[in-house]
Amino acid sequence: MKIHRHEMPEQEAKARCGNFDEVNFGYTPELAMEEALRCIQCKDPVCIEACPVNVKIDEFIGLVAEGKFLDAAQKIKEDNALPAICGRVCPQEDQCEQVCVIGKKSEPVAIGNLERFVADYERNSGNMKLPEVKPATGKKVAVVGSGPAGLTCANDLAQWGHEVTVFEALHELGGVLMYGIPEFRLPKQIVREEIDNLKKLGVKFQTNVVVGRSVTIDELMEEDGFDAVFIGVGAGLPWFMGIPGENLNGVYSANEFLTRVNLMKAYDSNYDSPVFDCKGKNVAVIGGGNTAMDAVRTARRLGAEKVYIIYRRSEKEMPARIEEIKHAKEEGVEFIMLNSPVEFVGDENGWLKGVKCLKMELGEPDESGRRRPVPVKDSEYVIDIDMVVISIGNGSNPLIKQTTPEIGTSKKGTIVVNQETMQTSKKGVYAGGDIVTGGATVILAMGAGRTAAKAIHEELMNVTVNAE
Amino acid sequence: MYKIVSARFLAENIKMFEIEAPRIAKRRKAGQFVIVRLDEQGERIPLTIADSNVETGTITIIVQGAGKTTRKLNLKEAGDTILDVAGPLGQPSHIENFGTAVSIGGGVGAAIAYPTAVALKEAGNKVITINGARNKDMVILEDEMKKVSDEAYVTTDDGSYGFHGFVTQKLQALIDGGEKLDFVLAIGPIPMMRAVAEVTRPYGIKTVVSLNPVMVDGTGMCGGCRVVVGGESKFACVDGPEFDAHLVDFKNLADRNRMYNVHEKAALEHFETDCKLEKQIQAQASN
Ligand SMILES: Cc1cc2nc3c(=O)[nH]c(=O)nc-3n(C[C@H](O)[C@H](O)[C@H](O)COP(=O)(O)OP(=O)(O)OC[C@H]3O[C@@H](n4cnc5c(N)ncnc54)[C@H](O)[C@@H]3O)c2cc1C
Ligand SMILES: Cc1cc2nc3c(=O)[nH]c(=O)nc-3n(C[C@H](O)[C@H](O)[C@H](O)COP(=O)(O)OP(=O)(O)OC[C@H]3O[C@@H](n4cnc5c(N)ncnc54)[C@H](O)[C@@H]3O)c2cc1C
Ligand code: SF4
Ligand code: SF4
Ligand code: FES
Repeated sequence: MKIHRHEMPEQEAKARCGNFDEVNFGYTPELAMEEALRCIQCKDPVCIEACPVNVKIDEFIGLVAEGKFLDAAQKIKEDNALPAICGRVCPQEDQCEQVCVIGKKSEPVAIGNLERFVADYERNSGNMKLPEVKPATGKKVAVVGSGPAGLTCANDLAQWGHEVTVFEALHELGGVLMYGIPEFRLPKQIVREEIDNLKKLGVKFQTNVVVGRSVTIDELMEEDGFDAVFIGVGAGLPWFMGIPGENLNGVYSANEFLTRVNLMKAYDSNYDSPVFDCKGKNVAVIGGGNTAMDAVRTARRLGAEKVYIIYRRSEKEMPARIEEIKHAKEEGVEFIMLNSPVEFVGDENGWLKGVKCLKMELGEPDESGRRRPVPVKDSEYVIDIDMVVISIGNGSNPLIKQTTPEIGTSKKGTIVVNQETMQTSKKGVYAGGDIVTGGATVILAMGAGRTAAKAIHEELMNVTVNAE
Repeated sequence: MYKIVSARFLAENIKMFEIEAPRIAKRRKAGQFVIVRLDEQGERIPLTIADSNVETGTITIIVQGAGKTTRKLNLKEAGDTILDVAGPLGQPSHIENFGTAVSIGGGVGAAIAYPTAVALKEAGNKVITINGARNKDMVILEDEMKKVSDEAYVTTDDGSYGFHGFVTQKLQALIDGGEKLDFVLAIGPIPMMRAVAEVTRPYGIKTVVSLNPVMVDGTGMCGGCRVVVGGESKFACVDGPEFDAHLVDFKNLADRNRMYNVHEKAALEHFETDCKLEKQIQAQASN
């Protein structure tokens, strides 16, 4: 008997275009148990290898099948400190679910949906168990940046008994989880609750501290007495395209647009921060990643009449999660593939009026194996647009590099580390997440935070921790 | 929470605050700013650090009521708090002994020009300050400017005090009088900064302006504060806010600063209505 994968119940497309509530509702316990039964409990679970933090997938799903949801939550948390978040945003189709053996004949087990269900079940049960904290070691560690890398590192270090302080530049904690990924995909309440749990573990948080400006890494170590520092500042420098008209009014970076809407809550009239009034307007987002999908779906929810994704390759090459692309299409986003903007056209008062595009066709594969787009001669045309969001990726913010030059960086500006320990070229200073890899994923950032925490613990205590 | 330890009006609509922020007080240099968020619903706005005191752990900001956020801030008194203050942000002013340096502040720009004038003096420059205002009542920091200046001038648009005319006319008069100027810093409304750049351009006098684009994070993350300098996009919050006046695209800056005008006007109107209502309620209550 073949049972099809249980899809997640979700808000109907038309309704959700008018609100910022979460799109997916999550499994019911019945659905979760049925879906869990689809897992055949492989002897050699390949799915675990494909998860960057090696969640014991077979074991937790086995517990779900038995209805032992709280035990399942504990099982996941042995390897993943933020399951409610990963269950929602991991690109499962490229990781755990990609290799699931069930996927060979049918659809893979919905590992992400199950992970999400278990984490939500635990949260709603009021039975959130705090992990055990080892006796205080007397060592102090500073974590710079409160994104998934920093939060995971802080979590692990606190459990080992170290005194951890997280320094965050913005007024809110959570990094991209707060200011980038929208409410309709990751409710901010979930991120806040995860952070509250860290506070209960004894982690201290200081917002409004821009390391490199408010205080330097050297000062943290020499004056404030931190024995080690973990840098998890993300990839927070938006790339622009370098084409004419980029500074017209109505041209945003994805970071700015999403920050205004998510962090500053511009969609809520009770908040003061403004954002371009999309109502009845035409909006285009340039790019094909998760960030582009988030931006375009946000514009739709702000009332835009027409919403476009403009991408220079074809849909097959788009790096966004499949679910995001599917949701965007359901919400009426038009995909203009194989088009490359060459100019933003404006009026005499400096407002955007349109985007001039060049049509592309796919040529030979490039280094990444993706077929390289090449321009079609004389194919330029203008699309009428009132607002555009540039979402072609982020570079590294140079603030820390400028003030702590001993920390070695690559040509691209990312911090260079020893991959085993995440240690930088400066003693006692570690780094991980997007600042090391360039824009990547939540789970990879968490994995890096965890690796660094272990190495920091070993260095501070002069011990070796066996990998379980 | 950041505590306001003192607050007083310097002129109509221009208020000076001392705020407890020891970390910022310790590190800040002339030319740097903070990003302030008043309350949970508030926006993040940049304000220059006019002064600081490491002993008391305080910074000074001087605020002109321009729209909702600044007017709301100017209702605050000593003992009140501000939810978020982040900084010091931006590049410190580039200070050296240029020779003769002129520091020009227009309106509340004087507050931003002042700390840099102090630093220029400390670096050994002959410092000339030109402090411009609409009228006598709007002149701020006159005594402070005098103290750090070898020559201090005040100009008023209506001639009610000091030199009758714009700061640019005074600057031109200095040049025409044979004063050899090596460095000019100009801070104020965009038209003023643009005009100063045009006065000094023919003489090749090194001229710096402090730009005031709309900011959000102030850390280089959003790119909203980009300005065009020498044909290139720069992020004012990390590459600036001070730039070579002769290379700045002032038209683009002026256009971009109008981006949220409709929203800002509406916010201000709401705010003023609310304030009026509150006053009426208070008046009724005390009757
Ligand atoms: C819109 C968007 C959607 C995404 N969607 C997905 C998705 O669906 N799935 C997925 O897996 N990944 C997604 N990603 C990528 C993922 O969010 C990142 O890879 C991940 O957040 C990186 O984590 P991090 O901890 O390295 O950095 P960040 O999350 O970027 O956090 C860094 C933190 O450091 C702070 N900081 C920066 N400089 C300083 C300083 N000098 N001093 C103090 N603090 C500082 C920042 O303010 C920030 O809070 C998305 C990214 C974006 C932008
Ligand atoms: C680096 C820098 C330093 C500054 N220093 C001072 C100072 O020391 N004292 C002072 O009185 N003012 C200063 N300003 C200007 C001040 O930030 C604005 O007056 C303030 O943000 C206006 O907000 P509002 O809500 O009161 O007015 P709004 O009605 O919202 O806006 C009035 C005008 O202010 C500008 N503005 C609006 N929002 C922002 C924002 N988030 N960031 C920047 N500008 C904005 C726009 O040009 C707008 O048209 C500085 C600006 C910059 C960029
Ligand atoms: S953390 Fe991500 S990759 Fe790992 S099991 Fe969970 S959803 Fe899959
Ligand atoms: S590969 Fe699929 S079926 Fe096998 S253990 Fe993993 S989830 Fe279960
Ligand atoms: S204010 Fe966001 S980059 Fe300058």
